[in-house]
Amino acid sequence: MFSNCSDPSSLDGLAWFACYLTNGKHMAFYGSFGVVMVLLLITAPAALAFGFGGAMAARSPFLPLRLIGKAYSAMVRGIPDIAFFLFVPFAMDQGLEWLRHHARCPDWDAPIRQGNDFVVCAAAKLPLSSSPQWVHETYGFFMAVFAFAVVFGAFAANVLYGAMRAVPRAQMETAEAYGMSDRQAFWRILVPQMWIYALPGLSNLWMILIKATPLLFLLGVEDIVYWAKELGGAKTTIYAYPHDDWRLYYFLGLLVFYLGLTRISEALLGRLTRNLSHGQATMGGEAQRKAPA
Amino acid sequence: MKKLILTTAALALTSGMALAESHGMTVRMGTEGAYPPYNFINDDGEIDGFERELGDELCSRAELTCEWVTNEWDSIIPNLVSGNYDTIIAGMSITDERDEVIDFTQNYYPPASSAYAALDGDVDVKAGVIAAQTATIQAGYVAETGATLLEFATPDESVAAVKNGEADAVFADKDYLAPIVAESELVWAGTDVSLGGGIGIGLRESDTELKAKFDAAITSMKEDGTLNAMLIKWFGEDIVTY
Repeated sequence: MFSNCSDPSSLDGLAWFACYLTNGKHMAFYGSFGVVMVLLLITAPAALAFGFGGAMAARSPFLPLRLIGKAYSAMVRGIPDIAFFLFVPFAMDQGLEWLRHHARCPDWDAPIRQGNDFVVCAAAKLPLSSSPQWVHETYGFFMAVFAFAVVFGAFAANVLYGAMRAVPRAQMETAEAYGMSDRQAFWRILVPQMWIYALPGLSNLWMILIKATPLLFLLGVEDIVYWAKELGGAKTTIYAYPHDDWRLYYFLGLLVFYLGLTRISEALLGRLTRNLSHGQATMGGEAQRKAPA
Repeated sequence: MKKLILTTAALALTSGMALAESHGMTVRMGTEGAYPPYNFINDDGEIDGFERELGDELCSRAELTCEWVTNEWDSIIPNLVSGNYDTIIAGMSITDERDEVIDFTQNYYPPASSAYAALDGDVDVKAGVIAAQTATIQAGYVAETGATLLEFATPDESVAAVKNGEADAVFADKDYLAPIVAESELVWAGTDVSLGGGIGIGLRESDTELKAKFDAAITSMKEDGTLNAMLIKWFGEDIVTY
């Protein structure tokens, strides 16, 4: 980055650090913070959507749908995250390649499964072997988003299911008395009121999601923990910037980042709780009602 | 959800079509990027090391377009067989167990010694706590010697465990440990052990064509002496050459 960085061995003190902290590897490290934030911001709504769908299915009057909803939430919650993360992206990737293989190489006669190998024609590879590396990385990233969304969606489904049942029955009866259909009562009465009951559970999930991002590396996405480990490890003189084991300092940096993120999340969730409590038949809502205007 | 999968598939199908024709054969080279001087991520964030230089040379001799990718050691074989990359060139020793799952080219690095490094040269390597990287031939060997095996995901962590006293010694490829012993307080301990059948490029068993290409390229590098020059450049004069 700086012009005097071309020969790091001649530097010392601050100049060495200035060069060290701005080398290509550190730039990738700083970039990975963005990757993690983007992942969180995409995954959270996606997981919520999965959860909402799961909860709706679980309380559906139609039996098969109800079973699907319950099975989804029970199965995914029961499987260890790490097993799920090793399985889902692989299975999904192979499933998509299998579809593409049949669509694009119909006259290919070799079997797809050859012993341990999974072999599809070159045109069916996803992404194509010839695609640039960033395409592969983006693909891996969205695989990760999908896997996270499925896992956290199952937990969210359970939370939302509970929240839907927590809305006082009297509210729904009143809606029926006004002549609303089931659908109308669900969307106009139940959904707006359930969030306050769901929020504590959802905020826990959000916190867990923040800390679960190192699982990304299993999918080949280089996240902040990977880079901290890689950069912090002791370096011999084969590297331009040799140093001892500095993982402690890098992990302290991550600690500050994660604690900061938690603090900000708590502040925002606190505000959200206040807003959602407004007019609710909960202790929080009651306290707001009694407080002098 | 089904709809989502179908849409993604449809999108992927259409977007891939335009790209398919214009490129030749690209081989994706999978490595660990954490095992200097074999392979490591240099300070510019690029993959570097003996295997990078060797791999690029082999690709140009075999007239292949190569793209480098890093993958965690733990899942390096599953990702190969499911087709996320086409080769493993990551200091992987040829062993019978691995050969059952994947194929290897002939070795491009001769069978070499593994060694113990410790803070104290007199440590009993057959009885103490020995650190090694998980799923390596060294880890397998330690488990058989009667010492207590302490496994780590990366080679760097196994060395750090000795420095901070968690393990009595680390057992790894001698050429990986050599620069570390030269530059830190670690010293050699015990006696060297010869393990494995050298290092080769790992390939899917179904990829016989690619294997033949790499085998031919390695043979040509062995014959004209460029491989020996490369070995000496990265591992010093003491390395066993062809």
